[in-house]
Amino acid sequence: MNVTVIKPGLLSSLQDAGRPGHAALGVGRAGAMDPPAWQLANALVGNTRGEAAIECTLIGPSLRFEQAAMIALTGATITARVGEHDVPMWTTCHLPAGSVLHLGGMASGCRSYLAVRGGFDVPPLLGSRSSDLHAQIGYAHGRPLRAGDLLPVGAAPALPSSLAGDEVRLLGWSLDPQPWFDFAQRPLALLRGSHWPQLDAASQQLLLGGKFYLSKDSNRTASRLDGHTLQLRAPLELISEAALPGTVQLPPSGQPIALLAEAPVTGGYPRIGQVAMVDLPRLAQRRPGDTVCFHETTLDEALTRLAAHRQRLARLLGTIAQRLECT
Amino acid sequence: MPAIQFEALAEDALLLRFGERIDIELNARVQAATACLRQRLPQVGCIPAYASVLLRFNLRHWPGADPHQQVQAAASAALNEAAATTATARELVIPVCYGGEYGPDLAEVAALCRLDADSVIARHTAADYRVAMLGFAPGFPYLLGLDPQLAVPRRTDPRQRVPAGSVAIGGSQTGIYPEALPGGWQLIGRTPLRLFDIAANRPSRFIPGDRVRFQAIDQDQFRKLAATHPA
Repeated sequence: MNVTVIKPGLLSSLQDAGRPGHAALGVGRAGAMDPPAWQLANALVGNTRGEAAIECTLIGPSLRFEQAAMIALTGATITARVGEHDVPMWTTCHLPAGSVLHLGGMASGCRSYLAVRGGFDVPPLLGSRSSDLHAQIGYAHGRPLRAGDLLPVGAAPALPSSLAGDEVRLLGWSLDPQPWFDFAQRPLALLRGSHWPQLDAASQQLLLGGKFYLSKDSNRTASRLDGHTLQLRAPLELISEAALPGTVQLPPSGQPIALLAEAPVTGGYPRIGQVAMVDLPRLAQRRPGDTVCFHETTLDEALTRLAAHRQRLARLLGTIAQRLECT
Repeated sequence: MPAIQFEALAEDALLLRFGERIDIELNARVQAATACLRQRLPQVGCIPAYASVLLRFNLRHWPGADPHQQVQAAASAALNEAAATTATARELVIPVCYGGEYGPDLAEVAALCRLDADSVIARHTAADYRVAMLGFAPGFPYLLGLDPQLAVPRRTDPRQRVPAGSVAIGGSQTGIYPEALPGGWQLIGRTPLRLFDIAANRPSRFIPGDRVRFQAIDQDQFRKLAATHPA
């Protein structure tokens, strides 16, 4: 079956876990900006093989489902309607054939995920169906979705608990979004970067205590941070080294830039910090104008938090799979 | 041989730094280390740059409190055990049509170098280059080995769209744009070869460590080759 894009929304694209392991060829990872939200959306529709979902940005798309489908919405708080029905988030929803799903604006956060049972089944490239908008790789050469796009949905057997019928139906339970979406926008954990010692004292204080704002020039490649201009003690000439998602760079303008999912694979700007992996999805959920603050963390602390977070996610994914089988 | 510096860049990333210069010999060490580590630590991803190699590892493969220490120990051991292997580099010859519509900056480069255009072409095709790393865009090779006489500054007004296949000089480096991209390097010619095809078995024509030479071709040869390498 196909899903037809009626309205594309502000910036919608297909995303999965991305294509790690090809940086030596100049190909970045891309993939979902909020991986746990993407994984939970898939889990809620019984997808277990890293299927591609739609990542929506600030305003979601309108989509027509030719055939009955199971969908789930996670991530940033977004309004969703089918006819007169409001479609809630963080649960599983059955849509009858011919449904038109209208996704609206986001009350908070920046990126929502729409998964469909079977996944969006476009041809994988280097093992991934992700769109890399910057490198122009993926469905339709990595461009955002457009009105008229026909997105194929993979075949998947019905689940024992499958909802069915000619009406919009919901599971009787839903997830608590709280652990997976940061409504309070707490400070993000930051590791000192390679060139932290070269920042002047005032800039070191500002980076770890100052209030920054997400610039409107932010995208899937990087979050640009407004609010304070940072300075090095002395100019630094560097040669390009590998770059990573989460790296906070300081270009000559003094405006810090945090690299995200579509980070270039090499970079030559001073690296003043590294956002803890566990907090990267939270940075990806900040929208232009939102505040961004950092507090210092250590590698040990970051690894401990990451391990705990991954365990918690794995447990939840297991619980969801069980409940889908039994409900 | 100077010691390698290790630096934890992120929870799953360790940088091995061999030096802080852009230098063909230093980069040869980087490529040899990359080849060795790929062979001996296949579960770790190696991303070579000019003078460093980034190791990306899966934390599940390195359980314990200090995965960076473990990876560093494993990488050090691998590099110490290895006989001074010189990775056997592939040699690629890249046909280039210099000047004219394909190399709009050739005259300016010649003027900046105080050479005539033919001498720029002769010097550019005489050198033996090495792919130091791929980056900027998928399949973009940063080539070391440019004749120092041909080093010219980047353009003050970068182009919004540099055509795919453009062969360019930026500072002391030369490179080839695999796709139409914005870019600030000086364009001296163009190759009809396709450099990157994401859907192919081996998506990138170049890999780090390759030896590269350029061969001058005329417009007729360019058109014939372009017809057999559709973009």
